[in-house]
Amino acid sequence: MSNWIDIAALEDIPPRGARVVKTRLGCVAVFRTGDDKVFAIDDACPHKKGPLSEGIVHGNAVTCPLHNWVIDLETGMAQGADKGRVNTYEIRVEQGRILLDGARLLARSAA
Amino acid sequence: MAQKLVVIGAGMASGRMLEELFAQDADAYDVTLFGAEPRGNYNRIMLSPVLAGEKEYGEIITHDADWYRENGVNCRFGEPVVKIDRKAKQVVSPGGVTPYDKLVIATGSASFFIPVQGNDLPGVVGFRDLDDVEAMLKVAGKPDGQAVVIGGGLLGLEAAAALKEQGMDVTVLHLMDHLMERQLDPAAGYLLQKELEGRGIKIVCKAHTQAILGKDHVEAVLLEDGQVFGADLVVMAAGIRPESWLAVDAGLRVERGIWVDDTLQTSDADIYALGECVEHDEVVYGLVAPLFDMAKVLAKTLTGTAAEFKAPVVSCQLKVTGVDLFSVGDFSEGDEREEIVFRDPGRGIYKRLILKDDRIIGVVMYGDTLDAGWFFEMLKSGEDISAIRDTLIYGPAFQGGEALNPLAVVAAMPDSAEICGCNGVCKGTIVQAIHDGATDLGAIKAVTKASASCGNCTGLVEQVLASTLGDEFQVPVPAGICGCTDHSHEDIRRVIKSQALKSIPAVMQEMGWKTSCGCHICRPALNYYMIAEYPLEYADDLQSRFVNERNHANIQKDGTYSVVPRMWGGMTTPQELRAIADAAEKYNVPTIHVTGGQRIDLLGIQREDLPAMWADLNSAGLVSGHAYSKGLRTVKTCVGSDHCRFGTQDSTGLGIKLEKILWGSWTPHKVKLAVSGCPRNCAEATCKDLGVICVDSGYQVSVAGAAGMELKETEALATVASEQEVIDLAVAFIQLYRESANYLDRPYKWVAKVGMDWVISQVVEDTENRAALCERFEISQSVYRKDPWAEQAKPEYQPRKWAALADLTLEAAE
Repeated sequence: MSNWIDIAALEDIPPRGARVVKTRLGCVAVFRTGDDKVFAIDDACPHKKGPLSEGIVHGNAVTCPLHNWVIDLETGMAQGADKGRVNTYEIRVEQGRILLDGARLLARSAA
Repeated sequence: MAQKLVVIGAGMASGRMLEELFAQDADAYDVTLFGAEPRGNYNRIMLSPVLAGEKEYGEIITHDADWYRENGVNCRFGEPVVKIDRKAKQVVSPGGVTPYDKLVIATGSASFFIPVQGNDLPGVVGFRDLDDVEAMLKVAGKPDGQAVVIGGGLLGLEAAAALKEQGMDVTVLHLMDHLMERQLDPAAGYLLQKELEGRGIKIVCKAHTQAILGKDHVEAVLLEDGQVFGADLVVMAAGIRPESWLAVDAGLRVERGIWVDDTLQTSDADIYALGECVEHDEVVYGLVAPLFDMAKVLAKTLTGTAAEFKAPVVSCQLKVTGVDLFSVGDFSEGDEREEIVFRDPGRGIYKRLILKDDRIIGVVMYGDTLDAGWFFEMLKSGEDISAIRDTLIYGPAFQGGEALNPLAVVAAMPDSAEICGCNGVCKGTIVQAIHDGATDLGAIKAVTKASASCGNCTGLVEQVLASTLGDEFQVPVPAGICGCTDHSHEDIRRVIKSQALKSIPAVMQEMGWKTSCGCHICRPALNYYMIAEYPLEYADDLQSRFVNERNHANIQKDGTYSVVPRMWGGMTTPQELRAIADAAEKYNVPTIHVTGGQRIDLLGIQREDLPAMWADLNSAGLVSGHAYSKGLRTVKTCVGSDHCRFGTQDSTGLGIKLEKILWGSWTPHKVKLAVSGCPRNCAEATCKDLGVICVDSGYQVSVAGAAGMELKETEALATVASEQEVIDLAVAFIQLYRESANYLDRPYKWVAKVGMDWVISQVVEDTENRAALCERFEISQSVYRKDPWAEQAKPEYQPRKWAALADLTLEAAE
C-alpha cells in the first residue's frame, strides 16, 4: 500500500542538485537530474556515510563528496570498482509537485 | 683506499658508463670527471627536437650536476683536459694536474668541417652539442633567414627539418647521388627527398662545395658547377671525426679513432676509451646503442669482471616528425643476394628485404615501419625464411593469417627481442620488470630505461605492457581530462576561447562530450574555465562546484564543516578574537586549531549552523577566509619593520595589501602567498606559490614553490624597488596562471609546463602585457571580490538552500 506524501515543488531543488528530507531514521536525499527526473535515496554513502546530497549530480548518478564514489540514483548501487548499495525510495512528480512514498519510509523504520 | 679514476668527457657514453659503474660498485673509485662543455650530460640524440622547438633543453638532461654530486663525482665542467702525462700518470688541465690510477677517454667526436675556403667564418656551425643548437637558433630567429646544410645524412636532414620548422629557408647540399646513402637505397632515398621537398626544403644531390663565401660572416655557399646559395647559416653535417688528439699526443695507438681491444683498453694498460672517439675492430661508431654497450663492458672491466664488447648490428631511424623510415644491415647489391621489394607509390610506401642464403641480411623501410621490429629480429636471429618467403614482405600478420594486430606481433616476439635499441633493452627484461610491479610506462622507463632515450620505442613498450598485463593495462588515453571527453585541458581552453563558447552545455555540444552532462571531474573544470574567460557574462554554476565551494566551508570526514575567518596578512585584534570565541561557544565548536597559514580554524560545525555563525562573525567584521577554495587562501607575513629589529620593510602592510586585492578570486588550484620582512624569512615565503622577501633595497619576488606532496623552492621572478611593483607582479602572475593553467594544476606544476622564461617574459619583461593582465584581473574581481558568507547568510537563502526540503520526522512516527 502506497502513501504518497507531497513534500515540495520540483522547483525547490536546483537541476543537477539535491535537497534532504528529514526522517526519524536519518536524512533522505532527493535528487533532481538535468532532465528533471527525481530520485530519493538514503543520504549516506555506503562507503563512509558521506552526505550524497552534497555530491555533484551527473546523468542519473551522484559522486559522493568525501571520496568520489559514484552512486547510481536509480538502483542505489555503487558504480565502477566500488561495491555497495544505498536504499532507494519510490518518488514521482505530479503537476510540478514531488511525491514521496511514505509507506516505504515507514516500512524502513519498522524494520 | 679507492683508486683514482679520471674520466675525460662528460657525454652520453661516459654518463652511462659511470651509471653502470656505480651500480656495480659505488665505492671502487674516486671519480674525477672533466667536461669541455660547461654543463652536465644530456641526451644528444634529442638535440634535433630541441632545434625544432619540440622540446626544451631541460627535458633532455640525463645527468645533471646534482646527479654527479650525489654519486660523489668530482665534476670539472667547462675545463678541458689539454694533456695526458702517461709517465707521471696524471692529466693536465687549466686547473692544474690531476693524478689517476685509471684513465677513461670519452672525448666523443667533432663535426667534420669540409676543407674549403671560408669554413671558419662566423655562421658556420657543426651539429654536435647544445652550443651548436643555440648558435643555430640565434640565426633562425631572424626573419627570412636562409640556411644551407652541408650533408644529407641522418644528422643533416634532422637539422634541415628542424630549421625549416623554425621558419628558415633551407637548402641541403649532398655530395652523393641520393640522401642517406649509408642507410638507404636509392628508392627510399628518393621517397625521402620527395617528402622533404614537399615540406619546402630544397635538396641538391651530387653537390660539390667549392667555397663558403662571406666577409665578416657567412653569406653564401658556392658549388663547383657555379651555383650559389645564399646563407645566413651553414650547418656542417658532412660527417664526424673522432676526437683523438689527446691520445695521439700521448703516444697511444690511434687509427681512425683511439684503438681499443674487446675490453676497451687502449694500448696503455691503465687507459681505457669508449664512445665515438674509439675504433674497435676497424669500426668507428656514431649511433648510441653500441656506445651504451661499450659503457656496460667498460664498467665491468673497471670492476674486474670479464666482459667483451662485440660489434652489434645497428639499425637506424630518422627523427623527423612525420617521416617513418627504418634501415638495418647490408643492402648493397651483389652476387648471391636476392631481394624482395614492395612498393605502394600512392601511399608513399617502400619496403625492401635483402636476402642471402634464405636469411634476411638487410632491411629498408619507408612510409610504413610497423613491421620493422619483426624483420630486425629475424635478421639478428638469422632465421631461415624459405618457408614463408612468399608472404614475408607483408609482415608477421600474414604468416598466420591473422588480422593485422600490433599486439599479436609483440606477443609473438621472443624474450630476446630488442625493444629499445638505444638502451639495449630486450622484451624479456621489460616483461620481468612488469611482473616485478612496473605496470606503466613511467615505471618501465625508470626500472629498465626502455624508451628513456630517443623515445621511438614508446609505442612498442606500451604494447609489451598491454600484451603482458592484458585488460589490467590501459593504454594511456593521451589527452582526455575524464571519461566524458578525449580532449585535453589545453584543447578545451583553446576552443572555449576561439569559438567563444560561453556555457558548459555549449562546450559539451561543440566538443562532442560522450555523456549527457559531464561528471564530477570535467564539470568543475569547465565551470572554472568559464569563470576565468567570461567573468562578467558567465553565471557561476553552483551545481558544478565541489561541495566546499558550494557551501563555502570545508566538509570533514563526518559530514560536519570547518569555518575559517579571514585574518588579513595573519593580523587580528582582541575584538575579532572575542567574536571568534563567542561563536565557538554559541555553536558548540568542539575543536579550534591554528593553521599553518596564520588563521584560526573552527572545526565540527553542523551544516545548518553555518549561515547563522557566518552572520555573527560578519557582524564583528570578519569575512570568509576561503580556506575551502581553489582560489586565494592566505597571505602569511612576519611583523617586519613594525616590530622586528631585523625587519627591512613593512612586510605585514604589504601582505595585507596583497590579500585585499587578491581575495575572492578563483584560480585553477589554491594559491598561497607569504611576505617576509628580511632574508631570515620567518614567513617561509620561499615555498609558496608566490613569495616576497623584503631586503633593504626593495623586494625579491619569487614564484612556483611547493610544500605539500612535493617540496620545491620558489624561483626568482624579479627584484623590484616599490610595493606597487610587487603588487603588479603578483596580480599579473596570478592572472596569467588563471588564464593559462590547467584546472587543478598548482602554480609550480603550471610553471614547470610553460617554463619560467616564458612567465618572466609575460609578466616581467613585457610591461604592456603586465598591465593588460592586471586590468583583466581587476575586471574579474569587480564580480568576485566580495564576501560569500554575507551573501549566503541572507534570509532568502535559508528556505531554498540551508533548510531541509521537508521534515517527516513527525509523519513517520504517526
